[in-house]
Amino acid sequence: MSSVNGAGAVRIPLAAFKAPRRFLRAALPALSFALVLLGIAWLNPRAISYFGLNLMLNLGIPVTLATIAQMFVITVNDLDLSIGTFVSFVGCVAATWLRDYPLFGSAVLLGSICIYALVGAVIYLRNVPSIVVTLGMLFVWQGLAILVLPKPGGKAPAWLHDLMNFHTPYVPFPIIAAIAIAALVHVGVMRTSYGAILRGSGGNANAIARAGWSLLKTKVMMFALAGVFGVLSGLALIGLATSADANIGKGYTLLSIAGVILGGGEFVGGRVSPIGAVIGALTLTLAGTLLNFMRISPDWQVGAQGAILIIVLAARAIINRIDGRTA
Amino acid sequence: MSGLPVDIVKLDGVEKHFGAVRALAGVDFAAWVGECVGLVGHNGAGKSTLVHVLAGTLIPDQGQIIIGAEPQKDYAVVLAQKLGIRCVFQELSLCPNLTVAENTRILHSSIAGWGWRRRAGGLIRGKLDEIFPGHGISADAVVGDLSIGKRQMVEVARAFTITEAPLHLVILDEPTSSLDSHRASQLLSHVRRVIATGAGCVLISHLLGEILEYADRIVVMRDGKVVAADRASAFNRDKLVTAMGGVAASKMRSTKEAVPRGTTPVRVRARPAKQRDGIELIAHQGEIVGLAGLSGHGQTEILLSIFKGASRRVPGIKVTDPVALVAGDRQTDGIFPLWSIAENVGIRSIGSLRSGFLISPELEDRFAERWRKRINILTLSMRNNILSLSGGNQQKALFARALGSEAKIVLMDDPMRGVDISTKLEVYDLIRSEANAGRTFLWYTTEMEELENCDHVYVFRNRRIVADLRRGELNEERVIQSSFEEVAQS
Repeated sequence: MSSVNGAGAVRIPLAAFKAPRRFLRAALPALSFALVLLGIAWLNPRAISYFGLNLMLNLGIPVTLATIAQMFVITVNDLDLSIGTFVSFVGCVAATWLRDYPLFGSAVLLGSICIYALVGAVIYLRNVPSIVVTLGMLFVWQGLAILVLPKPGGKAPAWLHDLMNFHTPYVPFPIIAAIAIAALVHVGVMRTSYGAILRGSGGNANAIARAGWSLLKTKVMMFALAGVFGVLSGLALIGLATSADANIGKGYTLLSIAGVILGGGEFVGGRVSPIGAVIGALTLTLAGTLLNFMRISPDWQVGAQGAILIIVLAARAIINRIDGRTA
Repeated sequence: MSGLPVDIVKLDGVEKHFGAVRALAGVDFAAWVGECVGLVGHNGAGKSTLVHVLAGTLIPDQGQIIIGAEPQKDYAVVLAQKLGIRCVFQELSLCPNLTVAENTRILHSSIAGWGWRRRAGGLIRGKLDEIFPGHGISADAVVGDLSIGKRQMVEVARAFTITEAPLHLVILDEPTSSLDSHRASQLLSHVRRVIATGAGCVLISHLLGEILEYADRIVVMRDGKVVAADRASAFNRDKLVTAMGGVAASKMRSTKEAVPRGTTPVRVRARPAKQRDGIELIAHQGEIVGLAGLSGHGQTEILLSIFKGASRRVPGIKVTDPVALVAGDRQTDGIFPLWSIAENVGIRSIGSLRSGFLISPELEDRFAERWRKRINILTLSMRNNILSLSGGNQQKALFARALGSEAKIVLMDDPMRGVDISTKLEVYDLIRSEANAGRTFLWYTTEMEELENCDHVYVFRNRRIVADLRRGELNEERVIQSSFEEVAQS
């Protein structure tokens, strides 16, 4: 995944030949995205237009942001089960307090990021499984969301609504946003020197500690970043939906995990790909549209999304096996 | 060396406890400028704990660490690095998901900012070229894709890279355990070159020959204490083994004369996939067959295909009886880390440990207890977690797993990596007696001395058998010759 390197122009093609598996695996998310897009174009050619893409992909932005949040947590071998209800909570805060009392609302959101960092610290210091802690947080955020907004309603702040419905020239806004998110996170996690430490702490925490780095810091950092992207996801979602509901982000936990895995990430070992995760999130978003065009009833859509996930993961396993045989 | 030795680091009465276990019981130790100290002792003698204390990854309960002339109060990893102390730990400390260059950066906080990848890559490539010419490792390669030998080369080379902090002392804990003898000698010659520039080195190895040849001074540890320390020239192999408290220098040659081939039935026939000529590996009943050659030249692959061949058809492989495998990389392929020793030992024989549909704890305990006595696993209870054992004893448990099963053929994938000499001798005896009782052993090893236990040796090169040596024809020179023929670079 990181074999594309600006270090020496001569070595790049060599490395690509040597690691066909790496290349195939990296290409798999893009390939599945292209397949889904082709399917849509075939069923409904008019959907592939500025307006159509905008409509199909804009709900992909909050999903993408939540997926990136999940990816940070998965990088350090943890899992965040609370991201979905956290997105709901952020949405509820955004549609009420942030609109009515911007300062207070911002403070609450900042505070929630701190709680995320704290969760990371607890997981590291007490050595408790992240699934347990975040499962608890799932209910905490859910409860807080209901407290903030007992009934569906509220209204997105005007600036947020305007931002999310911004019409960029030529290329639809969601595509530009997705590229920007992917590029930013890719540089941060895959290219910076501290990003190597962060990923390394997922690969071999002992090795990182023995080289004198603080594992507490990497864990807190990753969870805080997950909080930041969770907040961004909730804001983006409210900007699009214009009003909130305490269950608005319900499906996001599973979507975000699926997006990371679909994008080539692995649950343990610090092997993640930000670009893949963004593509994975968009693929899952588009898959819903494709299934609509195929006139598959919404009752079956969740199952069909699962089927897509299984197919892609099976392809990945096959690539691994073929490579293992020839090596 | 003339004059008084200059200390780089000195330990004064260092103690370290893990629960009730006293890993270090008041150790005085010093590493001097321009000198290589060999540190030897059994598994569990406290060598690795001592290394961790020196590297700052473990804080001693008692005693002082003196660097230069100053006692260090808050000694920890960061300080150790700043003071020029580097360490290669026994269990590899690389992140498998990162590239070679990224792993180098982890050790050097000063490699940051624009172009850090290029700088880190250049640094490690230069060092690899210097220590292991013709290594064939790209700085952009992901470490998880490299063989265990190459990973060890990267880790060792990384310890010698220099950026901001100076390099005063390199601690090498079993640095050659996954290297073949060619790479090992390249590394150890490099150590001598670095020492010539005034640095110091602590070398830990279970290969006593390495220690005797490359160390200036030898420190022997036993039960958490230093029991002997002297110039290397004052020691020889037998003396070292005695000092370590092992079986007094028994000759490793077995008493049994080699059975002429062909008198007992053939258990295994295997032809490597790349073999062009008609040579195949043959193992008879009651034989110990050695697989030699440089590491990573197809020995493990043939063992794995024989293992597969026992349960289904594999072209070129014929196996007549059930097979058990003793893995070499015990952390990843051998032990079940969450299970007890008894469960780890019994898993291969689970069929015979049942009563009705369920595993009978009683039978399991009895089975485990029998093997604890037979193979001398050092533990209070076989119900303890497998990780409570030292590395050598974990390996014994893996041997017990294979030997306790009904398997007539036992495959061994360099199982003695990092195992102390007295454990080795015990296991050699056990293997010999099992072979006499009719079991067949296929034994891949990177250590020349172990081949002496074999009745027949096949030397591998480039995934082919290149030599087929009888016991009488076996000597180090021939094995090395066949391993290196017409290979300029490995």
